[in-house]
Amino acid sequence: MTIPGSELEIHETDAPVEDDSVVSVAGRSPTQLAIARFRADKLSMISFTVTVFIVLCAIAAPILVATGVLHPNEFHQELLSDDGVAPAGRFGGISWDHPFGVDPASGRDLLARLMLAITSSLTIAISGTILTVIIGSVLGIVAGFSGGFVDAVIGRIIDLTLSFPQTLMLLALSGPVVLMFRTQIADFAPLSFFESADLSNGFYVILILAIFGWPPVARVVRGQVLSIREREFIEAARLLGASRRRLYFKEVLPNVWAPVLVYVTLLVPAYISAEAAFNFLGVGIKPPTPTLGNILGDSVSYTSADPMYFFLPGALLALIVVVFNLVGDGARDALDPKSHR
Amino acid sequence: MLAYVIRRLFAGVIMLIVMSIVTFALFFASPIDEASFICGKNCSAAQKKQTSAAMGYDDPFAEQWWKFAKGVVQGRDYPDDPQLRETAPETIVHCDAPCLGYSRERGDTVTNLIKDTFPVSFSLAVAAFILWITGGVLLGVIAALKKGTVIDRGLVGLSLIVYAFPTFFVGLVLYKFVAIKWGLTEIPRYTSIAEGGVGGWLSSLTLPAITLAVFFMAAYVRMTRSYVIESFQEDYVRTARSKGLPERTVTFKHALRAALTPIVTMAGLDFAGLMGGAIITESVFNYPGMGKLAVRASQDFDLPTTVGLVVLLAAFVIIANIVVDLLYAVIDPRVRLG
Repeated sequence: MTIPGSELEIHETDAPVEDDSVVSVAGRSPTQLAIARFRADKLSMISFTVTVFIVLCAIAAPILVATGVLHPNEFHQELLSDDGVAPAGRFGGISWDHPFGVDPASGRDLLARLMLAITSSLTIAISGTILTVIIGSVLGIVAGFSGGFVDAVIGRIIDLTLSFPQTLMLLALSGPVVLMFRTQIADFAPLSFFESADLSNGFYVILILAIFGWPPVARVVRGQVLSIREREFIEAARLLGASRRRLYFKEVLPNVWAPVLVYVTLLVPAYISAEAAFNFLGVGIKPPTPTLGNILGDSVSYTSADPMYFFLPGALLALIVVVFNLVGDGARDALDPKSHR
Repeated sequence: MLAYVIRRLFAGVIMLIVMSIVTFALFFASPIDEASFICGKNCSAAQKKQTSAAMGYDDPFAEQWWKFAKGVVQGRDYPDDPQLRETAPETIVHCDAPCLGYSRERGDTVTNLIKDTFPVSFSLAVAAFILWITGGVLLGVIAALKKGTVIDRGLVGLSLIVYAFPTFFVGLVLYKFVAIKWGLTEIPRYTSIAEGGVGGWLSSLTLPAITLAVFFMAAYVRMTRSYVIESFQEDYVRTARSKGLPERTVTFKHALRAALTPIVTMAGLDFAGLMGGAIITESVFNYPGMGKLAVRASQDFDLPTTVGLVVLLAAFVIIANIVVDLLYAVIDPRVRLG
C-alpha cells in the first residue's frame, strides 16, 4: 500500500497568512494518512493507550522483580484466614500493601503475580504471532508469486493444516514433543537463564500456535501478492535482473504489510486467549512461573473460597484481549478506510 | 453438478489418506513406547517383545499405516496373529469396519468408544448451533438495521466484551457459580434421552450449550452486522429501492439473502469442528463426549484412540467443506460450481 504520491492532500495552514491566495500543498504518504485516521478515532486511541500501558507493565515486571520491588513468590501465611486457604479480609485480601489481594493457600501478592503473568503470556503470544507471520508471509509470497504447481501444493498444505483438529493435536503431541524439547534445550547455554521446563513448555505452545495459525496469513498475503505481481515496478525489477529473493522480500513484501499488520494485531489477543485455554487443559508453562492461563487454572480450585482470585485474573485477561482487539479494529479502519466497523 | 460432487469427494478421500499418513508419521516418530504401556510395569523383555510383535508395533511404518487403512475399509482383528486365532480365539477382538483402531487402555475398539461418546458431543453441538445461529444472526441483523444507534453500539460493545472471555472462563462461571454456588440451575450432568426423556436431555444441555454458543454468538453478531451493512450498499439494493419495492422486500429478499451466504459457510465449518467434541466445554462440565475422550486419551498416551479421533475429526471437516460449497451454490445463484 505504500505507493508513493498516490494521495495528495491540500490543506490551509493554520498560521496567519499574509496573502489569502497562498495555500500550502502538502503531500502525505498513505502511512501518514492512516496514522492520522487512527488518531482521530477516540476509541482506538484509548485502547492504544491502555495497550501501551499493558506492554510497559509486561516489560517492567521482571525488572521490578529483579530489583526487589515486587515479590511474586514470597509466601504470606499470616495474610490468610484461619482455615489457611482463603485470604483474610474482604475481596480476596485487598489492602494497601496488596492492592489486588493475595492468592489463596499461599498468600503471594496477586498484583506481582499478575504483572509477571502478563509478561509471560505476552511473550508467548507475541513470539507465536511473529512465527505465524513469518511462516504465513513466506509461504504466501512464494505461492502467490510462483503460481502454478508451487501455488497448488501450498494450497493443499493449507487445506491439510486447516483440517487438523488443533486442540486435539495440541494435547496429543504435548507429551512427546515437550520431552524432546526438554532434552534438547537443557544443554543450550544462552537460554540457561530461564527454567528449562518453562522454556520447553513455552516453546511447545508457541510452535503449536504457529503451526496451526499460519494458513490465514498465507491466504491474505497470497491474495495481495496476486494483485501486486502484475504491476509495473515488479516487471521493472525483473528486467533489471533482480534475484528471486530480492523480488520476494524487497519488492513484494513491503507492499503487503498493511493487511498483515491488521491480522497481527488481531492474532496477539487471540493467542493470549489460546495460551490461557491451553493452560486450562494442562499444556503450557507451569507454576511457579505465572501466566494468565495458569493463574486462572489454579483459581478453579478456589472458586468457592476466594471468588476474587477467579474473577480478577479473568477480567484482566478479558481487558487485555478487548483493548488489543480494538487496536486491531482501529488499525484496519485506518489502513483500509473502505472497511466499516 | 454430479461430476463436481464426485470430483470433490475423490479429492476429499485423497486428502484424508494424506492426513492419516501425516498423523501416523507424527505419532510413529514419538518416543513413547506403546508396547511397554500395554504390557504393564512388571513386563519382561521377552513379554514386551511378544506384545510388540502381536500388536504390530515392530512393523515398518508403511505396513502399520496400510493395516490401519485396511481396517477402516474391511475391519480387522486385534491382535492379528494366526497362531493365536487357532489356539485361543476368545482373546481376539474383532473390530468391524470402519475400524479406527483398538485401545488397550480402555479395552475396547476406538469405533465403539466413539459410538458411546458421539451422541453427547453431537447433542451439544446441535444445541449450541441453534442458539448461536438464531441469536448471532438475529442480533447482527438488528445491529445492522439500527446502525449508529444506541442499540447497535450496545450490541457491538457487548459482543466485543463477551468475545474476549475465553470459553473455559464462561463455562466455569456458569458451572461453579451459577449452578453450584448460587444454585440457580441444577448442577449439569449429561442425561441421554433414554435416561431422562427429551426434557431431561434438553435441560442437561442448557449450560454447556450456552457456554459454547456465547463465544460464537459474539463473533457472529459482528460478522453478520458487517455483511448486512455491506450488502445494503450494493447496487442491486439501490436498484430494488429505486424501482419502488417496499423497504421490507428490499431488506429481506435482496439485502439479507446475499449477506447471509458467507455466514452459511462459516456456520457449516464451525459446526463440523464442534461435532468432533468441544474439548474445553466438555472438560469444564465433565461431559462424557468425544472432547473428554480426547483429553483422557492424550493423558494416558492412548495413541490408537488419538489417531482414530484425529482422522475422524478431519473427515468431518473435509465433508463439511464439500457440503458448504454445495449449499453455497444453492443459496447464491451467482455461484457456479465447476
